[in-house]
Amino acid sequence: MSASEPDTAPGDEPVEKHEAEGVGTYLIGLGLASLLTVVSFFISGTTLVWGPSIPVALVVLAIAQMGVHLVFFLHMTTGPDNVNNVMALAFGVLIVLLVLTGSLWIMAHLNHNMIPMDQMMQMQR
Amino acid sequence: MLGKLTWAAIPFDQPIPLFAAALVGVVIAGVLILVVLKGWFPYLWREWITSVDHKRIGVMYTFLAMVMLLRGFTDAIMMRSQQALAFQAPGYLPPEHYDQIFSAHGTLMIFFVAMPFVIGLMNFAVPLQLGVRDVAFPTLNSVGFWLTATGALLVNLSLVVGEFARTGWLPYPPLSELAYSPGVGVDYYLWSLEISGVGTLLSGVNLVTTVLKMHAPGMRYLRMPMFCWTTLAANLLIVAAFPILTATLAMLLLDRYLGFHFFTNTAGGNVMMFMNLIWAWGHPEVYILILPAFGVFSEVISTFSRKPLFGYRSMVAATMAICILAFMVWLHHFFTMGAGADVNAMFGIATMIIAVPTGVKVFNWIFTMFGGRIVYSTPILWSIGFMVTFVIGGMTGVLLAVPPADFVLHNSLFLVAHFHNVIIGGVLFGGFAGYSYWFPKAFGFRLHEGLGKAAFWCWFVGFYVAFMPLYVLGLMGMTRRMQHYDVPAWHPWLLIAAGGAAIILAGIILQIAQLVVSIRHREALRDETGDPWNGRSLEWSTPSPPPAFNFAVLPHVEGIDAYWSMKQAPPNAEPDYEAIEMPRNSPTGFICAFFASIMGFALIWHIWWMVAVALVGAYATFVVFAWRDRDEYTIPAATVARIDRANRGAREAALIHAQAAS
Repeated sequence: MSASEPDTAPGDEPVEKHEAEGVGTYLIGLGLASLLTVVSFFISGTTLVWGPSIPVALVVLAIAQMGVHLVFFLHMTTGPDNVNNVMALAFGVLIVLLVLTGSLWIMAHLNHNMIPMDQMMQMQR
Repeated sequence: MLGKLTWAAIPFDQPIPLFAAALVGVVIAGVLILVVLKGWFPYLWREWITSVDHKRIGVMYTFLAMVMLLRGFTDAIMMRSQQALAFQAPGYLPPEHYDQIFSAHGTLMIFFVAMPFVIGLMNFAVPLQLGVRDVAFPTLNSVGFWLTATGALLVNLSLVVGEFARTGWLPYPPLSELAYSPGVGVDYYLWSLEISGVGTLLSGVNLVTTVLKMHAPGMRYLRMPMFCWTTLAANLLIVAAFPILTATLAMLLLDRYLGFHFFTNTAGGNVMMFMNLIWAWGHPEVYILILPAFGVFSEVISTFSRKPLFGYRSMVAATMAICILAFMVWLHHFFTMGAGADVNAMFGIATMIIAVPTGVKVFNWIFTMFGGRIVYSTPILWSIGFMVTFVIGGMTGVLLAVPPADFVLHNSLFLVAHFHNVIIGGVLFGGFAGYSYWFPKAFGFRLHEGLGKAAFWCWFVGFYVAFMPLYVLGLMGMTRRMQHYDVPAWHPWLLIAAGGAAIILAGIILQIAQLVVSIRHREALRDETGDPWNGRSLEWSTPSPPPAFNFAVLPHVEGIDAYWSMKQAPPNAEPDYEAIEMPRNSPTGFICAFFASIMGFALIWHIWWMVAVALVGAYATFVVFAWRDRDEYTIPAATVARIDRANRGAREAALIHAQAAS
């Protein structure tokens, strides 16, 4: 199948290039991913940092973990052959943000139109 | 040994499901006996069941949708007749059976009629329109189809073995939690949709990649036919939305099987989170269904108006805008859940905004027809019927998007009328338009026009007679899913609605007759040239039915409406044929689905050893597939030349004839 676009499908890289650079990149990725995982487990139980900052730190570490996966395992680059992948990532991030913020907002607003529970109890009495 | 499964699971005391099951069993046994006696089984196995050809898979998806339409429509007829009879009376369906019927009706119609119908059409037509020989992942495609079939099988199995959910087509907790639905009905629902949802996701991945990556030379994005664009948008939505469905149902499964508390009222669970998540999938799902239908209408209207599509770029922009906006409106399904005015207003306005690109499309279709020489064939009748019907359905949708109005109409029959208005008038009419439009391409002969038009008019009139009364009933305050009622004012309207369902039944009978008559008269209806409608896009440049490799030589695309401009140019000399490599057929999909069916059934009935066996079987199938050595076969150049020459002769004769006539 000849593609008219300059970009190629993910995984379509020439085999030689893939094997030469590949193993090294995967190893760096493995190292970074393991490091981030270890830090996450460590920080969740530690008393070394200010308590309320732990959830924030976990979120940051999780996002860093996603970045490591995208760059080292899924070969996301900024090169011209990667336009489709970057667009797909942008779409994915947009949808996740929409669903996440939407859900948080909706769930925080849930009881807005409800009678407070104590009033309801009094009405039933 | 067999978990919860005992003889008590078979409803011996209920004549209706037992009789229906016996009838279906006789039909299936009859078909199987016929297949064995005629010796068709090797052919079916080689050419269809193990096929990784996107055209064959598309046809099988569409066939599945049509068979399931018969089942779903049987449920519809039962509901309409029950409500027609149940005025101050119990009717003939006891409540627990009636509840299963409306749940099964919704589940089947959305997941196993509308979805396979649009996915089938996309699978069939998109690679042909892009001018390529196959989809990106042929075997994955086959796996996706067979997993969808597994889901359909499990839902239908619940008719005989056990029961189906009584919760409605979306199993809202707490009703769907173990405490209130202890039976296997909800489990049947959940496992069928988990399995078929994976199939749909695979199909979405395949089609997104195909549209983005596989093009004939010169087929740039802005030269793709409109159907390819709507396919791209719909499948992007599948890839983004179906994981939400799978995760949400998985959480409900954890609640039911392992005592988790995601959606319980106790221990910190939140019922409302289910509504939020299921509709975060559910609203994009609406657009997953309707966008491909929009694409079909764009192709049909342009072809039969003999004009290029009006406002192609605005159509592309509208499609992609819908693709994003589809994820910003989901709260309008639960305005009444308790959110405040800020939230409701934001989602209400977003819903009104999403009507704008849809309106752009309607105007584009009208302007395409304006000044065209319209040929009133069956596909364009469906399209015009769609435009009228869908505009009405869209208007009532915008009305429901106004939160104060929604507070009055929520869960009334007005809502039921609205979504049937857009799903029948939009998705189903689109499916039927695509079916009659691409049938000659798929099988090499046209469908009978007269019966097709008659079927259209029955569906069209029947739809209005069946669903306009429901709008009135909704405004009169009748809620959905009522097994019986005692308001005299409602009764006449429900009788009219039942009459409408009977007219639709006549339409379905005419469609079956159309298929039978067309097959019997196939020689007279034969499409020799491969271009029966004087088409504009590349699928019409191949023979009907297309050979396995679609195109003997990949076409060179110079602009929009690629085949139309080729037909204007003088016929070019015979090309140099080369050998073509095509993917080998593989039973992977069928075997995976076989094990998935067993696993789903075993999970529903808590037969744990069988779950383990099936899981190992499915994994072993995957390993065998992954380690196979030969995955392609070669079609020699001589064969390609023979197939192409036969068609070139007929096509050129027809072209010269047409040019002489004009």
